[in-house]
Amino acid sequence: MLSANVSVRLGVLDLDVSLEASAAEVVAVLGPNGAGKTTLLRAIAGLIPIDAGRIELDGAVLDDVARGVHVPAELRPIGVVFQDYLLFPHLTAVENVAFGLRAHGVKSGEARARAMEWLERLGIAAHAGSRPQALSGGQAQRVALARALATNPRLLLLDEPLAALDASARGEVRRELKRHLASFSGVRVLITHDPLEALALADRLVIVEAGRVVQRGSAAEVTARPRSRYVADLVGVNLLRGTAHAGEIALHAGATLRAAEPVDGEVFAVIHPRAVALHRAHPEGSPRNVWRGRAATVDLQGDRVRVRVEGDIAIVAEVTPAAVSELALAEGGEVWASVKATEIAVYPT
Amino acid sequence: MRRDRPPLAFAILAAIGVAFFLLPLLGLLYRTPWNTALAELTASEALTALRLSLVVSVAATALALLLGIPLAWIYARITFPGRDLFRALTTLPMILPPVVGGVALLFAFGRRGLVGQFLDAAFGIRIPFTTAGAVLAATFVAMPFLVLTVEAGLRSMDRRYEDAARTLGASRSLVFRRVTLPLIAPSIFAGAVLCWARALGEFGATITFAGSLPGTTQTLPLAIYNALETRPEGAVVLSLLLLAVSLAILVAMRDRYLRAF
Repeated sequence: MLSANVSVRLGVLDLDVSLEASAAEVVAVLGPNGAGKTTLLRAIAGLIPIDAGRIELDGAVLDDVARGVHVPAELRPIGVVFQDYLLFPHLTAVENVAFGLRAHGVKSGEARARAMEWLERLGIAAHAGSRPQALSGGQAQRVALARALATNPRLLLLDEPLAALDASARGEVRRELKRHLASFSGVRVLITHDPLEALALADRLVIVEAGRVVQRGSAAEVTARPRSRYVADLVGVNLLRGTAHAGEIALHAGATLRAAEPVDGEVFAVIHPRAVALHRAHPEGSPRNVWRGRAATVDLQGDRVRVRVEGDIAIVAEVTPAAVSELALAEGGEVWASVKATEIAVYPT
Repeated sequence: MRRDRPPLAFAILAAIGVAFFLLPLLGLLYRTPWNTALAELTASEALTALRLSLVVSVAATALALLLGIPLAWIYARITFPGRDLFRALTTLPMILPPVVGGVALLFAFGRRGLVGQFLDAAFGIRIPFTTAGAVLAATFVAMPFLVLTVEAGLRSMDRRYEDAARTLGASRSLVFRRVTLPLIAPSIFAGAVLCWARALGEFGATITFAGSLPGTTQTLPLAIYNALETRPEGAVVLSLLLLAVSLAILVAMRDRYLRAF
């Protein structure tokens, strides 16, 4: 259980965030660049002092400004996977993983053996003797994960774990990472600016903007009811899980979607609410995905209206107030929703 | 690809510039008594001077590494009032006339110097006109090269590697030994070579502070100066030796390490 209350002023950044995370879930701190996410991570890891607040992990106080407590980074049971991984360039993969064990006083031979076990567990033992420069992004990430986990931390922090990878490698590495995160029994906190990454890897989201938490909740809660324009733009997307076959996606919820990309396997289908069109009757013309539903909620948010449609496929649509009056849309009213196949972005889970 | 032609004036002036450097070398080669060169080189005075030069320059480099790396670390990592002033003072020997450095050393470590009088009275230690004095003089003029190079290396390294090491449980001293030092090794190497080369060529501070005693403080440059008055052909051969060593360093360093600047 991590319980952090962190207040840090650093240049133009004024960070004041509270974060709770239990070992049962993966928490993602999501926000734009410059929101203070990395500063939060560095504060929790003990790499920078906090100006006010308290950080507690599994009952042990790591920081308590009021009582003058600050446990230095090297004494915190926290493993960090840094952005760009920061594998030591002068050490081989196995030496990188053994580094933390050696620092904890484990004898060289045993540290090496245990590091090898970790590399095997993460399926990267074949590259044990390689220098970081010779590893691909995905391989480097696994070595970084092995290095962070080898010292048996109680908390695993990941800073933008997929940002250093090119798009083609991201899907596979994300799936692997999800598996490895699931097998770690401690508290897991991941920091990212990528909503898809957060939704794919985390159970709960904490959204940070300009140093403050603007919303927190489960992925489903946050995507369904973003509390600000900003959050809506960031994560207010429809995320549907299903099994694809030649572009036809059988949703786990029951219905079927047709995407333009001929994909196969377990996928996320991401549909932006603005891509969802609403109609009073079955629409004419080209859209491939049409279904009937009921407008469960109609929320005016600034110059847009978010309409949550319940039916074969539960989906959020974003339309203009003019469209709402044209459709004579009211909560509980019947409505047809349609999405063009080309508006459905598909990512392997 | 662009192929520029130099303006005529530039070509002429540049050629004169090159000649200015090459002519002294040619003069040296022209005067080299090739038939007796080997004998001159293996003459006992020459070998004594060469051996002493190596001992003094290597000892000065070792001393500079021992004192200079911590100093560079403090300049690069710690903010304290007067840091820029301290850095300027410890860089001064790079541009100070070496003879002034020698005089200053004499007033500090000489028998009647600020510190020297106590060393003499308390321990009977007299530094001037000893090999230790020659090492001190060489360190004084050469250490700034090491400090500046290592400081630049420390400033340009990615400190997040040190953060990563700390999160893995490494103490400050372990981080320094296992992460910082290996990462700045190229800068340390480059700084040490520059420092050593400067110490090898040191003349002014040494002759002022340590004198020119054969076998004790008469390093190769001093031996050359001495020989010039008595046996010019000997001076030529020794000069050629020093020139060959310097050129070898420059060629070996050129690509791999001087890029660090």
